[in-house]
Amino acid sequence: MNKLIHRGWRPGLVLILLLTLWEASSRVFEVPDWLLPAPSLIWQEAIHGWSQYSHHLFSTIQLSLLGFVIGTSFGLFVAIILHMVPSLRESFYPLIILSQNIPIIVLAPLLVIWFGFGWLPKVIVIVLVCFFPIAVATMDGLKQTNQELIHYMKMAGASNGQIFRKLQWPHAVPSMFSGLKISATYSVMGAVISEWLGANEGIGVYMTLASSSFRTDRVFVAIFFIMMLSLLFFGVISQAEKSLTKWQSKGGDQQHD
Amino acid sequence: MTKLSIERLSKSFGSESIIDNLSLHVNEAEFVSILGPSGSGKSTLFHLIGGLYPPEKGEIYLDEQRITGKRGAISYMPQSSSLLPWRTILDNVLLGAEIAGKRDMETARGMLNKAGLGGYEAAYPSQLSGGMKQRASFIRSLLSPQSLICLDEPFSALDEFTRLEMQKWLLSIWEHYKRSILFVTHNIEEALFLSDRIIVLSNKPAHVQREFTIPFTRPREESLMLTQEFLEWKKTIYNELREFS
Repeated sequence: MNKLIHRGWRPGLVLILLLTLWEASSRVFEVPDWLLPAPSLIWQEAIHGWSQYSHHLFSTIQLSLLGFVIGTSFGLFVAIILHMVPSLRESFYPLIILSQNIPIIVLAPLLVIWFGFGWLPKVIVIVLVCFFPIAVATMDGLKQTNQELIHYMKMAGASNGQIFRKLQWPHAVPSMFSGLKISATYSVMGAVISEWLGANEGIGVYMTLASSSFRTDRVFVAIFFIMMLSLLFFGVISQAEKSLTKWQSKGGDQQHD
Repeated sequence: MTKLSIERLSKSFGSESIIDNLSLHVNEAEFVSILGPSGSGKSTLFHLIGGLYPPEKGEIYLDEQRITGKRGAISYMPQSSSLLPWRTILDNVLLGAEIAGKRDMETARGMLNKAGLGGYEAAYPSQLSGGMKQRASFIRSLLSPQSLICLDEPFSALDEFTRLEMQKWLLSIWEHYKRSILFVTHNIEEALFLSDRIIVLSNKPAHVQREFTIPFTRPREESLMLTQEFLEWKKTIYNELREFS
């Protein structure tokens, strides 16, 4: 906790300063609320409107979690398969990169045409944005395993399976977590975009309704929750990373002789 | 009794011949050093013994069994400690045994204690000094079920003082466990101090240029290195090495 205060007070101070400036200027210049509501107004809406938007929030959490889990599994699957079979990697890797060059906003309506308004096209959107960072990061981690260690394992008589389980996979875990952290934040974004396409509930729906009725304060509430959700996901993954890669944080500066 | 026997081994990569018609053997509980200029194909020789790739010609026998191109027959300790950074020291020293399918925690703990690594069982390799890592790496070789240990310049990355400590430590451990050891080095003193026999390799393509049987009695003390006889031996081997390069 102390460490958090120690590291967080500078950005915290800047944030408070910016908010104060915003609040003051919107009062001094009498900016209309539909154009740019003051932070205090947004805060009030966030508290009083809870009962109106809470189901939207939970729906988005569910959707992004589902998409994230499927996207992660798919990303790992792709990474391992492409790593194991070099000929597959050569044929599919460029296609995977191409798949990321299609703007999601263009692809999304197509998915709706093909799969309707259910949860399927939405999950596909999230999976598409999630799997790429994980697949690429994990594949790199697997590929960069120290050649000398592989030689050691081979000479010790390890089977390919043992080399993968005991050497390459653990070696790829830190890289995989870099991918996971990016995907975790992308998954919330993917969920909101997919909800714009047409959904009954979700932060994306709430946001579209708010902006079309000029409830700018609600748009900001939505933005706030999207940021919070992304941060929360990021934090959970970071914690998991810390506890799973303890060996990385230890040592280095504390050598013994 | 012959432990390892290498017969007329040849290997080339592309058009470059690395090892040419090389024969040598290691007896039971014998400490044999291979001495040669850098780049003389010593590591290739180990990779061949370890079965990473097959030779063009020649055979390798361990305990009279043919192991040419077969993996998992020897216990290997590479130049860098090559401990897995995500495993604790205890799990690391058990790796060789684990690959073969049997872990013996108690023996491992006992050996770590004897190696002066007691209390570091749960530490990660990054927390250990270079010498300690090499000790752990050697314990890993000892705990592996294979009877022949091949060490590839294990102390070359250490500083002079640590290296001497490690050599004495290796001798004391080896005299206790008496395993057959094939030791690659480019350090003449190290080879003299440790070995029963020294095999001098020629420049590329490598073959056995000469063989010396080292007469010093065991257990050997550090003071041995300063005796006239030791220095004479050093001169002989030095001249032998220089003649060829």
